[in-house]
Amino acid sequence: MANTEEMTLEEREKTLGGIGSARKRKEDVRFIQGRGNYVDDIKLPGEVFGDFVRSPYAHARVKSIDTEAAKAVPGVIAVLTADDLKPLNLHWMPTLAGDSQAVLADEKVHFQNQEVAFVIGEDRYAVSDGVQVVDVDYEELPVLVDPRKALEDDAPILREDVKDKSEVGQGPRQHPNHIFTWDVGDKAATDQAFANAAVTVKEEIYYQRVHPCPLEPSGCVASMDKVKGELTLYGTFQAPHVIRTVVSLISGLPEHKIRVISPDIGGGFGSKVGAYPGYVCAVVGSIVLGRPVKWMESRIDNLSTTAFARDYRMTGELAADDQGQITGVRVHVLADHGAFNTHAQPSKWPAGMFSIVTGSYDIPAAQVSVDGVYTNKAPGGVAYRCSFRVTEASYLIERMVDVLAQKVGMDKAEIRLRNFIKPEQFPYTSCMGWDYDSGDYHTALKKVLDAVGYDALRQEQAERRARGELMGIGVVTFTEIVGAGPMRNCDILGIGMFDSCEIRVHPTGSVIARLGTKSQGQGHETTFAQIIASELGIPSDDITIEEGDTDTAPYGLGTYGSRSTPVAGAAAAQAARQLRAKAHKIAAHMLEVGTDDLEWEVDRFKVKGLPEKQATMKEIAFAAYANVPEGMEPGLEAVNYYDPPNFTYPFGAYVCVVDVDPETGEVKVRRFYALDDCGTRINPMVIEGQVHGGLTEALAIAMGQELTYDETGNIQGATLMDYFLPTAVETPVWETDYTVTPSPHHPIGAKGVGESPNVGGVSAFSNAVVDAFAHLGVTHMPMPHTAWRVWQTCRELGLSG
Amino acid sequence: MSKVQIKMTVNGQAVEEQVEPRCLLIHFLREQLNITGPHIGCETSHCGACTVDLNGMSVKSCTVFAVQADGAEVLTIEGMAEADGTLSAIQEGFMQEHGLQCGYCTPGMITRVYRLLQENADPSDEEIRLGISGNLCRCTGYQNIVKAVRYAAEKINAQREAAE
Repeated sequence: MANTEEMTLEEREKTLGGIGSARKRKEDVRFIQGRGNYVDDIKLPGEVFGDFVRSPYAHARVKSIDTEAAKAVPGVIAVLTADDLKPLNLHWMPTLAGDSQAVLADEKVHFQNQEVAFVIGEDRYAVSDGVQVVDVDYEELPVLVDPRKALEDDAPILREDVKDKSEVGQGPRQHPNHIFTWDVGDKAATDQAFANAAVTVKEEIYYQRVHPCPLEPSGCVASMDKVKGELTLYGTFQAPHVIRTVVSLISGLPEHKIRVISPDIGGGFGSKVGAYPGYVCAVVGSIVLGRPVKWMESRIDNLSTTAFARDYRMTGELAADDQGQITGVRVHVLADHGAFNTHAQPSKWPAGMFSIVTGSYDIPAAQVSVDGVYTNKAPGGVAYRCSFRVTEASYLIERMVDVLAQKVGMDKAEIRLRNFIKPEQFPYTSCMGWDYDSGDYHTALKKVLDAVGYDALRQEQAERRARGELMGIGVVTFTEIVGAGPMRNCDILGIGMFDSCEIRVHPTGSVIARLGTKSQGQGHETTFAQIIASELGIPSDDITIEEGDTDTAPYGLGTYGSRSTPVAGAAAAQAARQLRAKAHKIAAHMLEVGTDDLEWEVDRFKVKGLPEKQATMKEIAFAAYANVPEGMEPGLEAVNYYDPPNFTYPFGAYVCVVDVDPETGEVKVRRFYALDDCGTRINPMVIEGQVHGGLTEALAIAMGQELTYDETGNIQGATLMDYFLPTAVETPVWETDYTVTPSPHHPIGAKGVGESPNVGGVSAFSNAVVDAFAHLGVTHMPMPHTAWRVWQTCRELGLSG
Repeated sequence: MSKVQIKMTVNGQAVEEQVEPRCLLIHFLREQLNITGPHIGCETSHCGACTVDLNGMSVKSCTVFAVQADGAEVLTIEGMAEADGTLSAIQEGFMQEHGLQCGYCTPGMITRVYRLLQENADPSDEEIRLGISGNLCRCTGYQNIVKAVRYAAEKINAQREAAE
């Protein structure tokens, strides 16, 4: 610990390493030495391994399963099927979306690679041998892969288990393959806006099926102590407390006998929020065998069965006057949720925050309707580096504004500046009822346009077009809605989406703080310590941050939807303030003055007018255990459960410049300039890293990622040979910038940043590619913009020889 | 399945073990030797999380059998720091330049960079990007990894010049 006695005020502030400091990351020390502890690194005494027999068919009846040969394989210990789970009522499990999902196929399989049987053995090789000889007799059924055909009268009925139900969790159904209709906004006002509009535009915009594909696949180790009746479950859980509650509810084990631990997680991006059949089977296996059971999915399992994202077929319409002022938005979405509705949204929001579709613009009327349907594809609908469908919403409006600009012949930056919510309108309530906390879109976009020399770029583009060359400029101004969320309208399984922080100050003035969130690379061990350091006057180097162990951390809803800083970060600040209030009283007692006689300065209380009379936080910490005022509880410890009063609304302005080779269809990103405003900046280094990463995932989605299926439901692209993850070669150099518009309702004004670059980035790439063809009458091109697809456009336009 | 006796040197330590002929090097390292720094990300040699240095070459240990490494010299992330625990210039560079986030690709990435800087002591940014293109990272967008490699190259070259 640093000795602060001889330091100047500035040195003390620097030593604190608090909010605004680009301090190096605490977690790096173990990761750069190979000392991380990921779930597959855990090896418990007596541990065995489990893996699935998976269906080769997308839709089939399971006539019989013969496990005898597998059980005879040396090293194989047990084989579980749905019939084994039925007596425990664990062959189906509830999903976060109110539907149910087969843990092991019960009479039918509904998608390729669905889990059919679970083989447990001494090691992965024995298990693999066992998996290969489980003999399953299937009867193939007609396959439905196109959601547009799902609601036809003669469409095959996929989910026989719910075919007669009027509801499967999220609203009324119209067809056995229909999951819900979600209809929001003011239809009459929107219809009126369209009826009165001088200009309207309409576009079919498909946001393709993609996968978060973190480098570490999902997995777990379940360990049942039969003597104590206690289950410990290690796993890749973005929300460990929610997993504990789910395990308790579905297994019947009392929640206090379950300890869930998320060790280090190798990226999540939304794919590690939900519960998967592998978790249930590992738990059952451990209960049955009394030995720890590990399940680790392969990359093919990961891409083909766990947690896809998007797959939104959107029909977007804008109404406007002849000056490009937008007067109305109408959107219909056909949402393909796959075989089970396992999308992860707050319960009351079947399409998440999709109704933020008015974006950064002051639009008086909007109407959104979303129809969710079943198909013979893997279940999911998670938010891939995204806050609950905001990525789809932002993509829709940012594309549509470009379509409108082309229709009315306006510049794409100019039309945005014209339609922005003005700085003086904040706090701003959108026509969809969202309360935007703060923003200054004009300043952000103008800063970016100046930085890239926008006018000169448009001039260059005109010259190149005259020479027959293809150059595109993508302009995007996105608004996010993150930090779910206020308990009045956000819950998971009925549990409000608060988050929490517990801080303990030790007698020597160092700290351990525990939160209900779980970092998967975001750097919480570094940044949360900075918040506490600034609030409590204790150097961040003296603060340990711990997350992910449900036996020690206070209950929280986990890390996704950019909610860690807006919610748990707020809890950290509030808990620290509770402690400082107590420290204030202890300091007054120590210095024998009244609390009003003291003033706070960085890391200590000082007596006003007598600066030499002071008590540092380190001294106060010791006094808290040795010499407290009469009647005060000893100790220096606080816990805060924070129910955010509102979401936060980070925003940004991006410009992307591309050159397209008409002969090959290759798109070269020449320049990408990203300005993000996430309110108060806790660690600029970490923020910049998050922006780089988010932009690279946006590049992946816009330019190459898609999970497609053939007519018989075979998934195409379930390996990294086919599914695009950019290498360092394809990834451009990112230019980053920022403005700071603090959130007025967050204790430190921070808004969250992890997902912003993915939300804004996808639209920026896509807008740039389409812009390269805009002068030829092209208004939209479907993602991903692979060379093959772009070349096809070139060929249709007669551009390639 | 009958087992085969193999010997190799891993991070300077001689090891002698019995393995199944089909056992992959990554499983041998992780499960049998408890060297869990190299990770498994794809099992198809695309992602590079399992990269180790084998007889002076970067290899993806998910597509090498342990028996193929019989008699070999293997270096993993666990062998990168000095014997006294001092971090290597590459490890230091990754920390200083924020070249990692979730840390899952990091052991393979650092192991690859270790070999890259022996193949090319002073690589350009473009050469760095090509040189690490067999190692995927989902978090950083590579920009800070490139800076980390440059940091390491400069430090190693300065040390070499000082020693000469």
